[in-house]
Amino acid sequence: MATVIAAQTHHAKAEVIRLTINDSEVIARAGATVLEAALQAGIYIPTLCHDPDLKPYGGCRLCVVEIEGMRGLVSSCTTPATDGMVVHSDTPRVTRSRRTTMELISANHHGDCITCTRNQDCELLKVARYLGVEQEHMDRLRRSTQVLPLDRSHPAFTRDPNKCILCARCIRACHEIAVVGAVDLAFRGSSAKVATFGDRPIAESICRSCGECVARCPTGALAPKWEKPPAEEVKTICPYCGVGCSMYLGVRDNRIVSVRGDSEGPANRGSLCVKGRWGYDFVNHPERLKTPLIRLPGVAREAGHNGRVQEIFREATWEEALGLAAERLLSLKQAYGPDSIAALSSAKCTNEDNYVMQKFVRAVIGTNNIDHCARLCHASTVVGGIAAFGQGAMTNSYSDFEKTDLFFVIGSNPTECHPIIGSMIKRRVRLAGAKLIVADPRSIELSEYASVRLAHRPGTDVALINGLMHVILREGLEDKDFIRERTEGFDELRQLLEGYDLATAESVTGVRQADIEAAARLFGEANSACILYGMGITQHTTGTDNVKSVANLLLLTGNMGREGTGFCPLRGQNNVQGACDMGALPNVYPGYQRVDDPAVRTKFECAWGRKLSDRAGVTVTEVANGVLRGDIRGLYVMGENPMLSEPHLEHARQAMGKLDFLLVQDIFLSETGWMADVVFPAASFAEKDGTFTNTERRIQKVRQALMPPGEARPDWQIICSLAEKMGEPFDYRSADQIMEEIASLAPIYGGVSFDRLGRDGLQWPCPDALHPGTPFLYRDGFARGKGKFHAVSYAPPAESVSKGYPLVLTTGRILEHWHTGTMSRRANVLSQLRPGGAMEMHPDDALKLGLVEGDEVVVSSKRGRVETPVHITEKSPPGVVFMPFHWHEAAVNILTNDALDPVAKIPEYKVSAVNAVLGVLDRAARDNAFLARLAENPAEALKEYELTSEERAALMSGDIRKIESWVGKLDERLRTWLVLRLTQEKW
Amino acid sequence: MISPSTTQDLQVLQTEQGVNAEERLDRILSGCEGREDELIPVLQQVQQALGYLPEQAMKRIAGFFTLPESTVFAVATFYAQFKLVPSGRNIIRVCRGTACHVRGGPRILREVEKHLGIKPGESTSDLEYSLETVACIGACALAPTMVVNNETHGEMNPRKATDLLQHSGGKQ
Repeated sequence: MATVIAAQTHHAKAEVIRLTINDSEVIARAGATVLEAALQAGIYIPTLCHDPDLKPYGGCRLCVVEIEGMRGLVSSCTTPATDGMVVHSDTPRVTRSRRTTMELISANHHGDCITCTRNQDCELLKVARYLGVEQEHMDRLRRSTQVLPLDRSHPAFTRDPNKCILCARCIRACHEIAVVGAVDLAFRGSSAKVATFGDRPIAESICRSCGECVARCPTGALAPKWEKPPAEEVKTICPYCGVGCSMYLGVRDNRIVSVRGDSEGPANRGSLCVKGRWGYDFVNHPERLKTPLIRLPGVAREAGHNGRVQEIFREATWEEALGLAAERLLSLKQAYGPDSIAALSSAKCTNEDNYVMQKFVRAVIGTNNIDHCARLCHASTVVGGIAAFGQGAMTNSYSDFEKTDLFFVIGSNPTECHPIIGSMIKRRVRLAGAKLIVADPRSIELSEYASVRLAHRPGTDVALINGLMHVILREGLEDKDFIRERTEGFDELRQLLEGYDLATAESVTGVRQADIEAAARLFGEANSACILYGMGITQHTTGTDNVKSVANLLLLTGNMGREGTGFCPLRGQNNVQGACDMGALPNVYPGYQRVDDPAVRTKFECAWGRKLSDRAGVTVTEVANGVLRGDIRGLYVMGENPMLSEPHLEHARQAMGKLDFLLVQDIFLSETGWMADVVFPAASFAEKDGTFTNTERRIQKVRQALMPPGEARPDWQIICSLAEKMGEPFDYRSADQIMEEIASLAPIYGGVSFDRLGRDGLQWPCPDALHPGTPFLYRDGFARGKGKFHAVSYAPPAESVSKGYPLVLTTGRILEHWHTGTMSRRANVLSQLRPGGAMEMHPDDALKLGLVEGDEVVVSSKRGRVETPVHITEKSPPGVVFMPFHWHEAAVNILTNDALDPVAKIPEYKVSAVNAVLGVLDRAARDNAFLARLAENPAEALKEYELTSEERAALMSGDIRKIESWVGKLDERLRTWLVLRLTQEKW
Repeated sequence: MISPSTTQDLQVLQTEQGVNAEERLDRILSGCEGREDELIPVLQQVQQALGYLPEQAMKRIAGFFTLPESTVFAVATFYAQFKLVPSGRNIIRVCRGTACHVRGGPRILREVEKHLGIKPGESTSDLEYSLETVACIGACALAPTMVVNNETHGEMNPRKATDLLQHSGGKQ
């Protein structure tokens, strides 16, 4: 009798059981099912409803076995294996039963295998072949004559109920993994089917399009619309958000033809979101830049975007374009000094690209004027985190969430912006009993899962957190040992908090005292709590204070330096952590080593062989003013789109127009690219090797799957060529050679090399080649020694609402799109799912302004105006409107405030005062004083307006014909608006 | 004809007692803890109060039980006792038992379908009539039979059936 070791090594230490399957002794871990024990031992048992990631279901009845001492046939997937059990999976009785079951399953399955997109990996076919289903038996069965309609409503996949075998894997994936619950098994008997609520098309349901169901369907019932069988698969990392999901790109003919989540990926464990699964059309998009471009002589910088490429640029060779760029940069450097040039690096590019970029700026140009979009998202995290702990990165790992009892999500919308993390939180809360506090002015999806919801006013985070800490101290819920042993500065904080009693907190934040109290108790009493936050905390003039407040709350309750706890800033871009780590920041070299530290500078001068500047450079947000002052004359932008992402775009546009030389390097001609003098075509993430560092500090390998289009090249190679043209060549032959140099200069990356980044990558700090990486920080001490409390008082946002601008505008992202839309708007599925943007407004505000769903409105702030459709929803509270920033047609950053956090220099994207007016009214108002008055303040104007009795009577009775005789013919929508407006008026 | 996708706003939907539907739903839910085993009794009570399970009510119930809406829909569609469409004020049942069948029951059903413009299991858009079929009502001696609001009518013919409909409802 052969003994098969079924348990994996790490299970061997746990309790094991021994059982006999088909006369072989099998060792399995305690708690395994009979099916798992058999599969681990290499004994095949057919099944259609089993999925290792899902709970046992016992639906398909194909995995039946005989177990001695048990009556009848039992389903092995739902039967726990026990010590001494004797199992037979291969008897004539078992085979007969399975074959009959299989015949019944296939009788109702429409078998047009030749046209089925899943015929290469159909599990139904495989199992049928294994069981040897007989044609004669099949012919005997009465088959369904019903043909159910297909659901083609979703742009990414088709649902064909005729091929569905009701294994419920899609349903279980939707409930257990994505935690959405868009479908369930509805109706009964022969009518049973997988249905959405109300049995409507999937596109009209709450489906979040993650495709977890499609990936798990064993037949062609859920079939991707565009996928083709790949010739090869390449494992790489998703280029969208900072979660860092590992996946396989399927490639054929230099095109991406399929995408598959990597079940071993440490961040995602096989899951992907809508962008990660369907968002890669941009890579093979015809508009990709294929050759270098040079601006035609005499074409103004403002001319662009609406023009045609040929009218603005001419195609050039690399030789010519590089030569021109080198010559212009050198002449600026000579004439105005190195500090007259600035560069923006990119959080979308690899660590190697960023390292070479900052080295180019520092060593070849000779300035520290290097920054990137982290300035616009998490600059305050870096500053606040360093002040409190000594490092500004996420302290713990996602895998820690399994040990978290309480999640506090503030100013972050993970289900839209970090969907895989959003699902993790929902899983922990819904399926494992963890608690959740959500603090957000808007109602977000996670609010539905929260034990306590705190809808504070935008920009009042410090007051809210101080209020929470006040209660924690009052109730004695602070961690006294932790405070004594591991922190400093507590007394100042305690004194400050005395002034933040519940009444004060309520009056500032607008949150009910009872809710603040309840949240404080939950947080204070939790065994292990973590705080996840995003732009709602950071993008304020008080961003650094907000981050320090988050740190205070964690230190106060001792929720640091342990698994399941921690400081979790969720980074937006795939490699924003890495770009910061690489020193694409104006004040630090790679590894956060300060440029004003002479010892550090000497180290880099020796390594790079050039004299380096000791002056910190300018930030992204200071570039525009620098240009307008004439200090900055040349700008090199790699993979960023400031002309859509900067606050107060008009100001940024003026600055760009004034530049002597603008060099842009990108995969598409972005809004910024259109203004450039020279454009370099770059390779996308799928066309180069390198590494990305995700939010949890995990350095993961990005692998080349495709050849770049045309003459496009990887960013680091372009920068190297430019350095060479400028007479100071770098000597890199491959990306891993660059990583070697990074490891030698940045201690936190000291032990990182490409051959160590296997399945799981490495989490920094990883100081030497034997170090296993660091899943969570500060176990024994903080990077700065002791954790520091900062006594921070509440300060209001830079801009507050006024009579002319009565609404607070807050900005953000939505699930289906990405930042300035350069990538996601070129992905077919994503743009079909969400073709355009809208401004969200509360029904109360809409009623006051006379707006109905879908109305075009003009939104204006002190800085500019945009037009956008309005979407009326209770997601935004009264007085607050929300706009995503993905659409150049309604570029919300024309409106946003460029006031900066004084330390971190991050702009206040989250609070601007705006006004919203019906579009047709706004246009009509331009040449009519009466309408202008109405447009100015639709709710109040008539009270102040001096009206004749005739006018008054006409207005009171809503006599449109008469009104038209004074103001001229009115547009249809304007007429209905005016009638509604007049009936609301209290005369 | 009313299909399940026609949503009736709860605020508009009034029950016969004149109590606001939303208030009745609140009252039913206030007596529950939100345990999953309370779901079916709640659906039964709501149906009793409102006559059927409107989509808005199912959504509220799903929110209360923190269950996906699709799951509540799945439970409601599994059991024959739950109706997702409102019933008409007059319930017409045509017998399809053997005796009625041989004496022309199908012709009666066809005539009623034609007259009301609906199929069995459906209601007219003015909610005047609902049409159902029954397997046998035990009045085979009177075949073919038809039941209007629990009153049995025997020895039907198509003409008698339409007359009966004209006299039972407010409008056609």
